[in-house]
Amino acid sequence: MPNINPIIIFFASIITSNMVLSNFLGMCSYLSVSSEYKTATGLGMAVTLVLVITTALNWVVYKFVILPLDIGYLQYIIFIMVIAALVQILEMAMDRYMPDLHAKLGIFLPLITVNCAILGVTLFMVIRSYGFLQSLMYGLGSGLGWWLAINMLAAIREKLANAKLPPGISGPALGFIITGIMAMAFIGFSGIFTIQ
Amino acid sequence: MSNKSCQMCDIAKTQVVRENQVLRQVLGICSSLAVTNSLNNSLVMGLGLSFVTALSSFTLSAMRDIIPHRVRMLVQTLVIAVYVIFVDLFLQAYLPEISKQLGPYVGLIITNCIIMGRAEAFAQKNPPVPALFDGLFAGLGYTAVLLFVSLIREVLGFGTIFGMNVNFLGFTTWTIMIMPPAAFFIIGSMIWFLNARGLKKSAPKAK
Repeated sequence: MPNINPIIIFFASIITSNMVLSNFLGMCSYLSVSSEYKTATGLGMAVTLVLVITTALNWVVYKFVILPLDIGYLQYIIFIMVIAALVQILEMAMDRYMPDLHAKLGIFLPLITVNCAILGVTLFMVIRSYGFLQSLMYGLGSGLGWWLAINMLAAIREKLANAKLPPGISGPALGFIITGIMAMAFIGFSGIFTIQ
Repeated sequence: MSNKSCQMCDIAKTQVVRENQVLRQVLGICSSLAVTNSLNNSLVMGLGLSFVTALSSFTLSAMRDIIPHRVRMLVQTLVIAVYVIFVDLFLQAYLPEISKQLGPYVGLIITNCIIMGRAEAFAQKNPPVPALFDGLFAGLGYTAVLLFVSLIREVLGFGTIFGMNVNFLGFTTWTIMIMPPAAFFIIGSMIWFLNARGLKKSAPKAK
């Protein structure tokens, strides 16, 4: 287990190794659900919530089920099942106990199962062999970093909605180029923390 | 027979050129951005994805009548995961170097939207053999884009092609090309270029 302070992992995964801007994870929903600031906020919140819970749960499953049984070759199937099951349970629990929140986040939850950021964080956690607290902070930080990135993109796109653009650029192409500029700006943070 | 072979070339043309999964549908972006800083990685990743897409389309199409509609997402994910495990174990055994560099992105083929997209859009309604080719060519279209992007990035970023030095003029390599932003810029510009060309072509007709 690498001896990195969990707090450092938390900040590093928001700023220097941001999920979207430096690891390219969760791009599909990042590009397609970023035309409105409000929706982007909802999705960001849902992703953060699911990331924290699944990362912690997958750590427990990895440590106490996969490693003792020596079934590392099944890890992808197990992780993806845990994620799918958890999202389903979360949706039902939210519907029952927190209808307000469910109305806000409900439509995003099914989308999240196939969001590669979730599985990506779990796999990075296994590869870097983080401990429990480190994994928890890594999941939380990654979620917040993803949320930050999608909110920034949505804010920029809302500002550009009435701008006169060159033909053909609107849509995903514009999203990519804005994200490229954002990623370049985030390179400026590199060196503050290193976790890799 | 000729009818059948033409269905094949139709599928090939649609999947590789007209409806390219990355540039036209904007699917499977995560990995196409992450692995394109070297041609070797892109080639391995592209072939791995083609293999998984082709075989999972084939399998799901063969099972399409016995999968209950309500659990089909789960079945699809499981079938895809099984093939991804094949690819992952193969890479670990025979290409350990590349397997280490690709890291989690091999496992992330499971959540690559191209595969699920083909399974939903084509394999569900068509017999196994066309589905196999549909998946294969969708994967090859993805590979083509990956190779093109990584050609630009590797030549400008490292001055090499497949690891061989081609930097004869001794120009200073652009570090930005191997960093994340370049991937966003290159794919963004490619999509922009294709859209703009499509608009120009359809503009006279609109008059």
